Amino acid sequence: MRTETILNRWLKVDPRSGRVPLKEIPRLAYSEWYDDLCQCLHEESCHVASYFGVPGPEGLWLICLVMDDLEGSVRIASYRYGRGEQRVLPSVTAVHPAMHVFEREITENFGVSFADSPWNKPLRYAHDRADWLHTMNDYPFYTIEGEALHEVNVGPIHAGIIEPGCFRFICNGEQIVHLEIMLGYQHRGVERLMRETENRLRQAVLCESIAGDSAVAHGTTYALLAETLSGQTVPETLEIERAIALELERIAIHIADTGALCTDIGYQLGQVACEALRTIVINTTQAWCGNRFGKGLIRPGGTYYPLTESLNERMLQNLEEVRRRFAEVTADLLDSASVLARFEDCGVLTCSQALRIGAVGMVARASGLKRDVRATHPTGAYRTMSHEPILVTEGDVFSRLKIRLEEVMQSIDYVRTFVGRWNEGREEVARPDYTSPWAPSSLAFACQEGWRGEIVHVGMTDEQGRLAAYKIQDPSLHNWMGLALAVRREGISDFPICNKSFNLSYCGHDL
Amino acid sequence: MVSLILILFVALMLPGLIARTRARLSGRKGVRFYQHLHNVGVLLRKDPIYGASAGLVTRWAPVVYLGATLTAALLLPVGGFGALLSFDGDLVLFCYLLGLGRLALMLGAMDAGSSFQGMGASREALYGAFVEPALFLILGTLALVSGQVSFNGLFAEELGGRPEMGVVMILMIYAVFKIVLVEAGRIPVDDPRTHLELTMIHEVMVLDYAGFDMALITLGGWIKMALLALIGASALATTFWGTAPVIVLLALLFGIGIGVLESMMARSRLSRNTTYIVTIIALAFVIFTIAFLVMREVSIG
Repeated sequence: MRTETILNRWLKVDPRSGRVPLKEIPRLAYSEWYDDLCQCLHEESCHVASYFGVPGPEGLWLICLVMDDLEGSVRIASYRYGRGEQRVLPSVTAVHPAMHVFEREITENFGVSFADSPWNKPLRYAHDRADWLHTMNDYPFYTIEGEALHEVNVGPIHAGIIEPGCFRFICNGEQIVHLEIMLGYQHRGVERLMRETENRLRQAVLCESIAGDSAVAHGTTYALLAETLSGQTVPETLEIERAIALELERIAIHIADTGALCTDIGYQLGQVACEALRTIVINTTQAWCGNRFGKGLIRPGGTYYPLTESLNERMLQNLEEVRRRFAEVTADLLDSASVLARFEDCGVLTCSQALRIGAVGMVARASGLKRDVRATHPTGAYRTMSHEPILVTEGDVFSRLKIRLEEVMQSIDYVRTFVGRWNEGREEVARPDYTSPWAPSSLAFACQEGWRGEIVHVGMTDEQGRLAAYKIQDPSLHNWMGLALAVRREGISDFPICNKSFNLSYCGHDL
Repeated sequence: MVSLILILFVALMLPGLIARTRARLSGRKGVRFYQHLHNVGVLLRKDPIYGASAGLVTRWAPVVYLGATLTAALLLPVGGFGALLSFDGDLVLFCYLLGLGRLALMLGAMDAGSSFQGMGASREALYGAFVEPALFLILGTLALVSGQVSFNGLFAEELGGRPEMGVVMILMIYAVFKIVLVEAGRIPVDDPRTHLELTMIHEVMVLDYAGFDMALITLGGWIKMALLALIGASALATTFWGTAPVIVLLALLFGIGIGVLESMMARSRLSRNTTYIVTIIALAFVIFTIAFLVMREVSIG
């Protein structure tokens, strides 16, 4: 295995027991760390899951987690950046553009400079950033001079009920030459709030609101991380219930997105059909936990809402109904010339582009890049099943639609399987646990495949076992750049459907 | 006078018919039939709001738009009821009154000084330029068949008085239907319901208008749609049973047709719109040629 030799200085961790004592994390010199990382990222199977700075008394400690899809492991290494140090580090972004989000964040928050970084602009204007000279109002937008070109600014306030974000287009007539996306308007300081509270219920609720459409995914990731830190193992029944919730979320959002894509091209038939189906799915979640988006369902250590047989029966019934009707919608969509004409060959993100920008999740899979944590780094109920990610290779809007259409069916199958397993071995599930002590001076991480893609949370505890740092990685962080690349050379009127086909989260990015 | 009342009746009914058809086909009950009239009523009671960069053009554009459209309405007869104004060559005035309305809206949009409105105006200019020849060819065909050059003469008697003309008129109503779709900004050319500024054509031009001004623009749009639908309906009806009730009914069928179409198909890619509209010109030209051959009794083959 190549990574074995490249990353031999890095600590190898099994994602199922994602906890390491802080003192075991290898501390490399920047040059070693840089060489290792640059080399391993040439492998398609490797990508950086998280790379963040933790300020301490001696300076900044920068920790990097690399996910290796082939061996299903996570590799960790770190380097130090002394207090008051003025060193300029060579930038990894210059070699691997996917790293730009991490380096931009580190520069913005801690003032570390990276040499020859091609795109070192502020990422989200965090409240506790180092650089207060720059504000959102003077974001350095890229400009091109030219008689034929004109700029179109969209946002930060948009029509309709969507989140704020600023899109700056440079257009040649109707054609987009360049798009730059500036985010940060949704910054709430989630990571800081996480470490400032010791109340784990509050932490769980916070994680559920990182991105409202991924409440279950982020909630599960937090719950896994909390359980890892306290060394708890949860019964298989609970693991299955979480997986069911996650798949229900995937089904609901995928159907909603299919409907939204139809709305954006003015295809009423698909729109109304999908809206009705999505309601069935989220109402099923509501019948389970009282909230249509699964808030309150996932808690560390246990649950307030154990599944029951009658719930399961109702769920399977509803999903059968959804399967039947969604199959009709699918057939209709694939059959409508006017729909296909809009989606096909529009907003293409090539596989090599997806790889270079570090695309994850559904977007990566639509471009033929196999990135699925359920298959490569499975946790919980996914460990005992073989999940084959659905791949489409064209990378256009239609591919991203097709991934959704097929994943809905796949997820319905999975829920059936999970319910079957739930029936076989039922165990008593405890109530949530907010008090058991966390391992002191440790780093823990957890990853889940939300409907959008890979979600990674990393937590670090101090000597008393309290959270000293918490790092959240939403798939949107990487994929926004994919949208900017996909719309190049498209008509500006096709931007909305490209945007919708990615359906990225603003608040997941801005935290 | 009766013709004007009938035109206004069709104008006020069409949007309700479209909305109701769409609602029914999507399995909904839909809003009450007169909801669109209530909405405009609310707008009429509200003061307009102007942007910082808005000048005189912005203020006058809605008035000119509605004024031009209403003047065009004076020229159109419905069934046996003659137009209020009629003279030889009023067809040309009719087309250019619609053109004047379009120009006013475009200038008003550009006066807002936003990149969105500019984009909408440039799209409208392109489509307007292509749809105008199609309309002229249609009216020209009618003139050729009837041998008259005023609307009153055009629809006064049974067109051509021969069954072959029926075929021409069926083709013609199809072409006029497409022109209505373009002019009224409906699917597949434009989507009046969309909230996406970047894809809009007509809606984005009027993005900065509010209150009373918006009501004028909305009313102007409805009347324009009714005028074109009535031309199509008259052309077909005059061939067979050219009475006013039949014509009004046919024009209202346009609303149902638009509703059905909008429920069943997606909007086209913007770059395809030009092709779509040029196709209407081609169709209109074919209609003109067939009518010409029929009139000259040229036998083919």
